[in-house]
Amino acid sequence: MQASIQIPATPELDYLLRLGDTCLISGQRLGEWCGHGPILEEDIALSNMALDLIGQSRALLTLAGQKSGKGFDEDQLAFLRDEGAYRNPTLAELPRGDFAFTILRNLVLSTWLKLIWERLRDSRDAELAAIAGKALKEARYHQQHAADWAVRLGDGTEESRRRCEAALAQIAPYLPELFEDDTVDAAAEASGLGPAWSSLREPWLAEMGEVLGEAGLALPESTKFRSTGKVGRHSEHMGYLLAEMQYLQRAYPGGAW
Amino acid sequence: MSTENEWPLWEVFVRTKAGLDHKHCGSLHAADARMAVQMARDVYTRRQEGSSVWVVRSDQIVASDPGDKDMLFDPAEDKVYRHPTFYKLPDSVDQM
Repeated sequence: MQASIQIPATPELDYLLRLGDTCLISGQRLGEWCGHGPILEEDIALSNMALDLIGQSRALLTLAGQKSGKGFDEDQLAFLRDEGAYRNPTLAELPRGDFAFTILRNLVLSTWLKLIWERLRDSRDAELAAIAGKALKEARYHQQHAADWAVRLGDGTEESRRRCEAALAQIAPYLPELFEDDTVDAAAEASGLGPAWSSLREPWLAEMGEVLGEAGLALPESTKFRSTGKVGRHSEHMGYLLAEMQYLQRAYPGGAW
Repeated sequence: MSTENEWPLWEVFVRTKAGLDHKHCGSLHAADARMAVQMARDVYTRRQEGSSVWVVRSDQIVASDPGDKDMLFDPAEDKVYRHPTFYKLPDSVDQM
């Protein structure tokens, strides 16, 4: 079996991995819909978006690998880290749930990603700014796709509405993690690498409010619970996700096809 | 599956690049026009096939009756003079 790699902990690397792992793990979860979509067209749409996200994570993990000073490549970073070295917020790793949950989580994350990509176009890191310019187009589409469905489902039948409300109730406790700063944000803001996550909160609330308002839905009140995925303390779901995602590279090191 | 619960069928036309015409490339089921455009994008333009899509409800297309095929189209078979191959083009016209 292929051994795990150890990543140096620098604020810059953490900032990139938080974003890259959000894309990677969201992509992995969305990819689970392949072959299981409610209709063929939606099956393809979700798989397309999963591939967009994986593509974004590849670019970010490649950049993170260059900055690690250890010569790691995207594959090593994606497949050979231990659970505690992944930096995605917990929301990204929650099981895919039903279609309503997937759509509303996509709405939350794609809106958030779109806003951070917009800001990252001005990063002092030219490579990161270029990645952001490309990813922004994809995120805008992901957001529109999720928003369309959120309105259809929220303003749809009694059952679709009930499922949307249940999904939002499940998502809500994990939202503060997307908007609370720590030393990683402070360093990124100071160096001009990227925005502190707290600065995304207001525009995110405004855009979400618009869509949810049209859908006849509302975000539940926040709770005192704080998820901690971005500092490497993940939910019980993460281990299973990684076991499936990493199996091939761990069992057949360097395997390619 | 009963067709009663099915979303209506839409025909999809994709334009590969500006200046060319939209070409029919397939069909899909969607609840309304907005969803049809979005799905057409996801299903038919994944490999850089398009720069624009049209969708139109299949039941809005008026088609010729296949039973009238002989009457409508066979008479053109022996009218070769309708092709512009008998005209001599001026040298300055390269393509026609």
